[in-house]
Amino acid sequence: MNIVVCVKHVPDAQSERTFNDSDNTTDREGVDGLLSELDEYAVEEALKLVEASEGEVTVLTVGPAGAADALKKALQMGAHKAVHVTDDAIHGSDAPATSLLLAKAIEKIGTPDVVITGMASTDGTMGVVPAMLAERLNLPMVTYASQLTIDGSAVTARRDGDTASETIEATLPALVSVTDQINEPRYPSFKGIMAAKKKPVETWGLGDLGVDAGQVGLGAAWTKVDSFAKRPPREKGEIVTDEGDGGTKLAEFLASRKFI
Amino acid sequence: MAEVLVLVDHDNGEVRKTSAEMLNIARRLGTPSAVFIGSNVQEAADVLARYGAEKIYVVADPAVTGALVAPQAEALAQIAGQANPAAVIIASSSAGKEIAGRLAVKINAGLITDAVDVQAVDGAAQTTQSVFAGSYTVQASATTPTTIITVKPNSAGIEMAQAAGTQVPVDVTLSDVATAAKITKSEPRQSTGRPELTEAPIVVSGGRGTGGDFSPVEAFADSLGAAVGASRAAVDAGWYPHTSQVGQTGKQVSPQLYVAAGISGAIQHRAGMQTSKTIIAVNKDEEAPIFELVDFGVVGDLFQVLPQATEAIQARRG
Ligand SMILES: Cc1cc2nc3c(=O)[nH]c(=O)nc-3n(C[C@H](O)[C@H](O)[C@H](O)COP(=O)(O)OP(=O)(O)OC[C@H]3O[C@@H](n4cnc5c(N)ncnc54)[C@H](O)[C@@H]3O)c2cc1C
Ligand SMILES: Nc1ncnc2c1ncn2[C@@H]1O[C@H](COP(=O)(O)O)[C@@H](O)[C@H]1O
Repeated sequence: MNIVVCVKHVPDAQSERTFNDSDNTTDREGVDGLLSELDEYAVEEALKLVEASEGEVTVLTVGPAGAADALKKALQMGAHKAVHVTDDAIHGSDAPATSLLLAKAIEKIGTPDVVITGMASTDGTMGVVPAMLAERLNLPMVTYASQLTIDGSAVTARRDGDTASETIEATLPALVSVTDQINEPRYPSFKGIMAAKKKPVETWGLGDLGVDAGQVGLGAAWTKVDSFAKRPPREKGEIVTDEGDGGTKLAEFLASRKFI
Repeated sequence: MAEVLVLVDHDNGEVRKTSAEMLNIARRLGTPSAVFIGSNVQEAADVLARYGAEKIYVVADPAVTGALVAPQAEALAQIAGQANPAAVIIASSSAGKEIAGRLAVKINAGLITDAVDVQAVDGAAQTTQSVFAGSYTVQASATTPTTIITVKPNSAGIEMAQAAGTQVPVDVTLSDVATAAKITKSEPRQSTGRPELTEAPIVVSGGRGTGGDFSPVEAFADSLGAAVGASRAAVDAGWYPHTSQVGQTGKQVSPQLYVAAGISGAIQHRAGMQTSKTIIAVNKDEEAPIFELVDFGVVGDLFQVLPQATEAIQARRG
């Protein structure tokens, strides 16, 4: 079974994230980046699936030079090979353009049995690239899987919705997005870190994918950020230490704000 | 005026409050048309007309609702192809965002997710979003003729605006791939009798500090008529269902009042509650980062503070 996992390199949520003043895009240079935590679950699930049977895990990213770090981490976890789609013209691409590039790259890799993605990226948190990708690849899709089994020609997933817990079945090849409930991602072992150095990483530009520069990047985006503003810090609130009357004071505060 | 499509958010014909909010937003941008997918439209039609739906497109084909989300996107794309709407408004749920993503690619339209407000600026939709765990506010718009917007609950008020509500039955042709992901089993979730987390005006959440005993959190919540949420630590420990998790990988809530009890305030938790209007925390540790956000905080043991507050609230209410 061959699996492609889409992974994104994102600004670290623990650092000050911001925008570029020049073009209102996310600042990816001024902050440390890392493999989106939510994509670690996708990598882990793919590794478990091939370990239980056979096959290869290819990790794929679209992003600037630094995004190679995300691929490296996934290779250290145990993925077999990596593809990095990068080109200056890609800067500022929105979700539709990103999904186009991912789709073209997956077609070039050779459509796998399963494509696995994270549930959302930790920077944009749109959670729409997987649906767009399924649409472009014309694949059946199961989103937000919290449990996954694959046998022969079908994937079965559990999906915990708001009103019900569902079991979903789809035919292969299929695209699956996984939640952070599905597994516990492994840490790269020393052996894994050493082995990753010898694993193949291919770098493809727009030309390799047959995508025109006019189809991607900020100029081609279907949406634009008109303006952004830092939220004013919240006014420092009143903090009391409980001396036997903390609950009463809490109720008084609620009453003063008309909640009771 | 151009049509604006609103995908009705409903539970078997029972229209959710978000649908009325979306119709209100739609009226700012054009003439609202509701798109109702499912059975029991009769129950919904009056409500939709009352909140401003001039037309109600009705997709009743069971093939659409029996498969996972994809067929709904195909139905919506076919309706949009006829109506040429200025905007398509969809609820920001997981299903809503999947429909929106697919629709964007199908009709080549710009998509903005998780809007907390939408206004007409020079005749076109401009959205407000809260990003990077609530630390920035962003104004965005589409460069395409149609804008697809998913909006969060409580992003607009609801207003009566009686309209015709003319029903238009729609026949859809579904592709094979759209019906290839089938729902083979569905276990409905037991209702707690408490308000729905994302819609509730007051949310009270418990974390690891409860040590697994949510009873003081629940009693306090009930005294305020609030919904109950949980941190991921409490969910991972099996103390509360995942559907109650607040945060980056759980529900994003924006109530009038949010109370965090025994929750430290990790960035992933903040991402789900930081835009709440008023925030209260009860935590033993005065250094807990949650106190940076609060309007009112009590440094103390939640097992002392919450029951006392519950009693005081009940006394005031008589
Ligand atoms: C990819 C990813 C996604 C995540 N998504 C989410 C998410 O969606 N939502 C989420 O919540 N977290 C999420 N997390 C986890 C998050 O990082 C924190 O680990 C989690 O929020 C901690 O939960 P907590 O505050 O309940 O526990 P802790 O951080 O352990 O805090 C417990 C607090 O309780 C206090 N306390 C203890 N006893 C008492 C008492 N008797 N009375 C009063 N206070 C007491 C302590 O002082 C402490 O501050 C995510 C993490 C990752 C890596
Ligand atoms: N630039 C990218 N490169 C590779 N995968 C991506 C990229 N952007 C998004 N994805 C995948 O799509 C998922 C959802 O991303 P998003 O829609 O941006 O929230 C992520 O978890 C990734 O698996």
